[in-house]
Amino acid sequence: MSAREEILRRLGDAPVTGYDAIPRHYLRRHHDGDVVDLFAERAADYRAQVRRIARAELPAVLGEPDGRFAVPAGLPDAWTAEVDAVRDDPPLSVADLDALDGVITGCAVAIAETGTVVLDHGPGQGRRALTLVPDFHLVVVETGQIVADVPEAIERLSPDRPLTFVSGPSATSDIELSRVEGVHGPRRLSILIVDA
Amino acid sequence: MRIALFVTCFNDTLYPGTGKAVVTLLERLGHEVVFPAEQTCCGQMHYNTGYDRECGPLVKDFVKTFQPFDAIVVPSASCAGMIRENHVRVARTVGDRGLAEEADRLGPRVHELTELLVDVLGVEDVGAYFPHRVTYHPTCHSLRALGVGDRPLRLLRAVRGIDLVELPDAAECCGFGGTFALKNPDVSAAMGADKVARIRQTGAEVVCAADNSCLAHLGGLLSRLRTGVRTLHLAEILAATE
Amino acid sequence: MPGHHDTAGAAMPTYVGMPAFPDAARAAVRDTQLRRNLAHATTTIRAKRVTAVGELADWAELRETGKQIKDHTIEHLGHYLRLLEEQVTARGGTVHWARDAAEANQVVTDLIKATGETEVVKVKSMATQEIGLNEALDAAGIHAYETDLAELIVQLGGDRPSHILVPAIHRNRAEIREIFRREMPGVPDDLTDDPARLAAAAREHLRERFLAAKVAVSGANFAVAETGSLVVVESEGNGRMCLTLPETLISVMGIEKVLPTWRDLEVFLQLLPRSSTAERMNPYTSVWSGATEGQTFHLVLVDNGRTATRDDEVGRQALRCIRCSACLNVCPVYQRAGGHAYGSPYPGPIGAILSPQLRGAGSPVDDSLPYASTLCGACFEACPVAIDIPEVLVHLRSRAVHGRTERAAMRFAAWTLRSPTRLAFGQRLAGTAGRVLGRRGFIGRLPGPMARWTDTRDAPVPATETFRDWWNRR
Repeated sequence: MSAREEILRRLGDAPVTGYDAIPRHYLRRHHDGDVVDLFAERAADYRAQVRRIARAELPAVLGEPDGRFAVPAGLPDAWTAEVDAVRDDPPLSVADLDALDGVITGCAVAIAETGTVVLDHGPGQGRRALTLVPDFHLVVVETGQIVADVPEAIERLSPDRPLTFVSGPSATSDIELSRVEGVHGPRRLSILIVDA
Repeated sequence: MRIALFVTCFNDTLYPGTGKAVVTLLERLGHEVVFPAEQTCCGQMHYNTGYDRECGPLVKDFVKTFQPFDAIVVPSASCAGMIRENHVRVARTVGDRGLAEEADRLGPRVHELTELLVDVLGVEDVGAYFPHRVTYHPTCHSLRALGVGDRPLRLLRAVRGIDLVELPDAAECCGFGGTFALKNPDVSAAMGADKVARIRQTGAEVVCAADNSCLAHLGGLLSRLRTGVRTLHLAEILAATE
Repeated sequence: MPGHHDTAGAAMPTYVGMPAFPDAARAAVRDTQLRRNLAHATTTIRAKRVTAVGELADWAELRETGKQIKDHTIEHLGHYLRLLEEQVTARGGTVHWARDAAEANQVVTDLIKATGETEVVKVKSMATQEIGLNEALDAAGIHAYETDLAELIVQLGGDRPSHILVPAIHRNRAEIREIFRREMPGVPDDLTDDPARLAAAAREHLRERFLAAKVAVSGANFAVAETGSLVVVESEGNGRMCLTLPETLISVMGIEKVLPTWRDLEVFLQLLPRSSTAERMNPYTSVWSGATEGQTFHLVLVDNGRTATRDDEVGRQALRCIRCSACLNVCPVYQRAGGHAYGSPYPGPIGAILSPQLRGAGSPVDDSLPYASTLCGACFEACPVAIDIPEVLVHLRSRAVHGRTERAAMRFAAWTLRSPTRLAFGQRLAGTAGRVLGRRGFIGRLPGPMARWTDTRDAPVPATETFRDWWNRR
């Protein structure tokens, strides 16, 4: 008997019942009202640099930091007009990515309650390595992308896409259970909130 | 009210003063206390150590002895917890469905002392006088198994003359744990030593609790270290008068 | 592998030969440095967890739903595993099954060998700790690089993990600095014990390894049956490095990690971070469904005692565990005894109920684990999926093999307690002994088994007049 057959035999074959009867009395959201301010506050709690700017200011603000930035396909050209941008097309090697100063992307969803940005690596967000290897991640969040809480985010996101939830810069609690920022992921996370 | 006292085998043998205090206290409040002579033990030690089979008959005896009474008081949170939470379970394990049903019906009539006073008798000021510095250790079974909450503190606060001081990290276990104290003496003593340090920090003359078993452990440590701090069951403070 | 003694190994199978809990704990209790480290770390996280959990007004409801989703899944585990397999396969992944640790290790070893690689990078994973994967790979000539900071500290120090979330919790910053200076090639001479500097040293050390890795091994926090999605929850970014950059990804997970639906993540992504690192959300969570971005993806489903655990109506609730380690952090016994005394990669209260069930009792350490608790209930209170750990501990005690002397003593005690007359007789004997031995209300040192009590504390003196004698006289 194969391992598969044996394990499944031991688990039996009872028809599935009762899933819909599981009570779900928890809240869909913990905060009503303005989720944009909440998102900005919560993201900053985890040491992301957060700025709320007008859409027209975006090219200038994105042009502020020095250095060369990776840019994924699908990010509006107008945004990066003042950036020393390196297109990830054809895909950059890992070594090339490591040599850049940062990466600029959009996102799929942002969660106010937890200060989280979620990438689904679609247009304007790039493949997963793009936002991982460079040491500085600049992400543009449009206010319409911000949901109040985790359940609303899960509802909006598609499991058909790879997803990366980002809450602040890379960190660890491995030394004496105290959080310190900056390990393997980008050590700087900058969030620009623009009105949709 | 007519109240049956389950004194517990531990108090009966080692701390009769606690049983006497319950009688004094309840009679002072105008109630009738009866002591069913057939009572022995709730079976907690056997159950917690993994001796369900040996525990079964003790549960049966308890149910038989206390079935006739409407209110049963237990001056031990862990024994009250054992009776209410686990007697039904033991009866089922030994396959006695009739006993399980009887235990299930009896359970709600069994009250730990502070529950009886506050919830059933509706009293917080029991007219006690105890002019000493006292700290209260909420034992794990009173806190997490029974959920007596702040009932003991409400009763203590109403005692005249008392200087009640808060115990730091009060909710942490003292390290007694029944047979744990014998099976894991080193960890038990280490936990107890930390609890003793907290007690001494308060400057209390007396540490009280709703369980003499935890107090036997703490009292033994306090005595070995010659700290001069006494242990007293809550009932003995509530029974004290001028 | 009975009779196999590999003292350097840190794997579940090679924990065979560990002393019983009380003996291992004795040494830990006397290690003042260890006790200070553990007390500092656990008390820090305790307060933070209470805050993180207290922020959500509906925590009790989330906990209840989490518990019920897990119970439902465990009940219908076969169905959800078939569905998961179907979905992962449909999305280009390959699913493998393993009955036990040896089989799982063989599957992973063969998959790596097929790539021609001799080095792999690893994300922290309890399942691979449990099956002893690193040691098995080592025996096959494959070196596994642990990339989680705490796992790295453990690996470099030739040590064993002592905590689920923070395997190097028993080390303080000064000790970690010493391990890095000793074992990490090219570490800067002026490395201080500042945690940020230590984290930066780990980044330097592993950077090239990540960028060059061809094969990675991970675990999984959750797997969604309906969509074939795997979820890895982490902090440092080492997980993302391993999951994203290599050409081949092999994920090893216990079969109980599966969840029915996509929607269920909305519950567990709230319960886990707040219980674990006491954060609203951990820095990084990666989700992928099948082979992603051109990678080759293998999922290895491991039983290793889980189906047997599931067969026990009371004990099966241990399979709800989401490995958050809240129960360790609140446990007063864990805080004093440390993780190593539990003789398993699963220490603390959850380990005390999980290890004996997964391995089946029979070794000194497994037989002693159900007794490694005062039943204080702090673990149950903190558990985000409401595992009644005290209930399972007592249940396992009732199935444990008891020593002959103890059994005789307990039977005698029960016999005495069944009769008020016999009890009264015993009380009179005790009272007489107390009169002889007692001084100022206490008894000092006693011989024999009672020394376990009186070595550290005085014993109360049995009353000369019991309560029942007083009542009868009254």
